[in-house]
Amino acid sequence: MSCCGTNPGYDEIDEVSRLVAAKLAAFLKTLRDSGFAVGLHEGRDAAALMAAGYVEKSGLLRSAFKHLFSARKSDWEKFDGIFDAFWLGKRVKSRSMTMGSAKPANSPSLKSLQDNKAERTGSEAATDQIPSADDAPQDRAGEGRMEGASRADNLAEIDFRNMADPEQIEQAHAVAARLAKTMRTRLTRRDLARRRGYRLDLRRTIHNNISHGGVPISLIKRQRKEKPLRLVMLLDASGSMSMYTGVFLRFIHGVLDEFREAEAFLFHTRLAYVSDAMKEKDPARALDRLSIMAQGAGGGTRIGESLQTFNRWHAARVIHSRSCVMIVSDGYETGDAALLGREMAALGRRCRRIVWLNPMLAWEGYAPEAAGIKAALPHVDLYAPANTLKSLTALEPYLAKL
Amino acid sequence: MKDREEIAQRLAACGYIADGELATAISLMQLLRRPLLLEGEAGVGKTEVAKALAAVHGTELIRLQCYEGLDQSAALYEWNYQRQLLAIQAHRGEDADAIEDQIFSEKYLLERPLLAAIRRNKPPVLLIDEIDRADDEFEAFLLELLSDFQVSIPELGTISAITIPHVILTSNGTRELSDALRRRCLYHYVDYPDVDREARIIMARIVGAGASLSLQIARMVENIRKEELRKVPGVAETLDWAAALVGIGVRDLHDSPETVHETLMCLLKTHEDKSRVTREVTERLLGKVA
Repeated sequence: MSCCGTNPGYDEIDEVSRLVAAKLAAFLKTLRDSGFAVGLHEGRDAAALMAAGYVEKSGLLRSAFKHLFSARKSDWEKFDGIFDAFWLGKRVKSRSMTMGSAKPANSPSLKSLQDNKAERTGSEAATDQIPSADDAPQDRAGEGRMEGASRADNLAEIDFRNMADPEQIEQAHAVAARLAKTMRTRLTRRDLARRRGYRLDLRRTIHNNISHGGVPISLIKRQRKEKPLRLVMLLDASGSMSMYTGVFLRFIHGVLDEFREAEAFLFHTRLAYVSDAMKEKDPARALDRLSIMAQGAGGGTRIGESLQTFNRWHAARVIHSRSCVMIVSDGYETGDAALLGREMAALGRRCRRIVWLNPMLAWEGYAPEAAGIKAALPHVDLYAPANTLKSLTALEPYLAKL
Repeated sequence: MKDREEIAQRLAACGYIADGELATAISLMQLLRRPLLLEGEAGVGKTEVAKALAAVHGTELIRLQCYEGLDQSAALYEWNYQRQLLAIQAHRGEDADAIEDQIFSEKYLLERPLLAAIRRNKPPVLLIDEIDRADDEFEAFLLELLSDFQVSIPELGTISAITIPHVILTSNGTRELSDALRRRCLYHYVDYPDVDREARIIMARIVGAGASLSLQIARMVENIRKEELRKVPGVAETLDWAAALVGIGVRDLHDSPETVHETLMCLLKTHEDKSRVTREVTERLLGKVA
C-alpha cells in the first residue's frame, strides 16, 4: 500500500494486503447479507479505491464505498450504518442488520405459517427415510389434479379461517399460487389478440423497400406497445387478519412470480415494501425474509398512515396508468378514518382501479360498519369478498377487463 | 483527496454547487471509469450535474432523452434512407457492387447520440436522461454498450470507441431499473439541498439575488417542502421563484407578504397545492423565516 508512510519490507506488505483483502471480503459478505447486490467486480474496484489512497480518512472511504456498493435508495440510506458498524465498531440502531436474528414478534400469522412450512419439510425429510412413502407429496399433488374436480371444488368453497388441517392449508396455498399463474397467462393472451398496427412507419417502410428500388410495396406499421397490467398489492398483516394472511401471502408470492409487473406491500402499523423478498423462488425462504420485514410496532392497523406512506414514497414509482391496486384488509382502522378517506381519494386519482378485498365480507351478518371501511368505500371500484379460493378466482374476469 | 475539493470548486465555478459526496462520486467516476447513476425526485438538479460536468471538462454534452419506445435507430445510428434512394436513382445502370459500397458508407450514416458519444476525439459527457422511461429491452441494449463501448453495424463492421465518454444516467424512479444496470453504475442519490446550499445555488444562478434574500428564499422553500404537498417544489422551481422575486424588486420577504403569496405559483404546480397554501399558511411559514 503506497499510502503508508513507512517503508515496510515486501513480506510485511504482503501481510498487510492479505489482512486488508480478508477484511474487505468480510465486508462484502456483510453487505451481501444485508441485501446489497455486490459482485466480484465491485470487490476489485473497492480494492483499487483503497490502493488509490481513499483509506486515509474513513469518512472519505465511506462516501466512496457508498457510491460503489449502493444500487438503490434503500441501500443508499442504510449503507452508512452498516459501514460504521463494520469498520468503526459502532452499533447499528436500525433494522438494517437484523437479518436472520429477529423474531416476528407480533405477526402470528407469519410465524404459524413458517412453522407450518417447517413441519412440512420435516415430514418430507421423514418420508425420505421410509422408502415406501418415498414420493408421497408429489403423489398427493398429482392426485389433487386428477380426481381433483370434486376435492378442489370442495376446497374452493371453504372459508380460509375454517381450514384447520395443515394439509388442507398447504393445498389451499398451492392452489392460490397456481391461480396467480393462470391469471397471468390468460391476461397476457388477451392482450396479444388485441394488438394491431394503426399508423404507418414511413422511415422503416422506405428502408424495407430499398430492395424494390424504393417503391413501397410492403408497408410497415407502427403499433403502440400495450403496457401490461400491473398489479399492486397491499396486504393487511395485522392481528385481525391473521387467519387470512398466510394464504394471501402465497397468492402474492405466486403473482409476483408470474406477473411481469407486480409489486407487493405489507402493512400493519407501518408499510413495508416486500416485492424483493417475495421474489425469492422458494416460498419458505421468501416467508423467512418477510417475517423480518413484518415486525410491527404495537398493535392495531393504521391503514390511513400506511397508505399515506405509500402515496408519498412509492406511488410514483409503482403506479402507472394501467395499474390496479388491490388492498386486502378487513378495514378495521385504529388510526384516523378521515385520513384513510383522504389517502384513498389521492390513490384513486393515480391508478386505474382500486379493488378492496375483504375476507370478512362473506361472513353472515357482517356489514361495513367500521369507520375505516366507510371512509374508504366511496373510492373503491370493486369491493369483494375474498375468503375462499372461489371468490379469489372470480376476480380474474374483472382484472382482464382493465 | 485534493482532486475532490478541486472538482467541487470547479463545479462551483460553473454554477453548480455540489455537496461533498457528489464530488466524491465524480472523482470515482474518473478513477474507476464507471457510469454514474443519479436518482432523486424530479427537479433536484440531476440533469444539471451533467451540464456542469461538461462545462468543467470543457467538452461537449451529448444528451439522450429516453422515452417509451426509444429504439436503436433513434439512439444509436440509422442509415439515411432518403439519400440512399436518391443515390441509387442517380447511379442507375452502374455496377451494383459499387453502388452498394457507396450507399453503405459513412457518408450515408446518421449518427445518433450513443454513436456520437464514442466517436469524439475529446471524451464528451454522455447524459442518458430518465433511463427509467425507456423499455427494459433498451436498458439491456444499453448495458452492452456501456460495457464494451463498441457498436457493430452490419453493413460497416464494428466501430470501437475512440474515447470513452463520461456517462451519467438519471432516473426519476418511475420504473424499477434492472439490477444489472445498477451494478454497472456508481450510485448517487440526489436529495433536496439543505438551506445553506440552496441559498448558495440561488446566489450562483440568479443575478441580483443578495445573500440575505437568498437565505430567506431558501428557508421559505424548505418550510414549504415540509407541508403536505402533492408536488414538492424542486430546485428549478426555487430558482424560478427567486428570479421572479428579484425581477419584481423584492429585497426582503417580510416587506411584501402579498407579493410572496402571489408569486408562489412558481413553486406550487397543482390546484390542490395552491389551495392548500392559503394566505394564512403563507404568513405562518413566513413567520418562521428569520
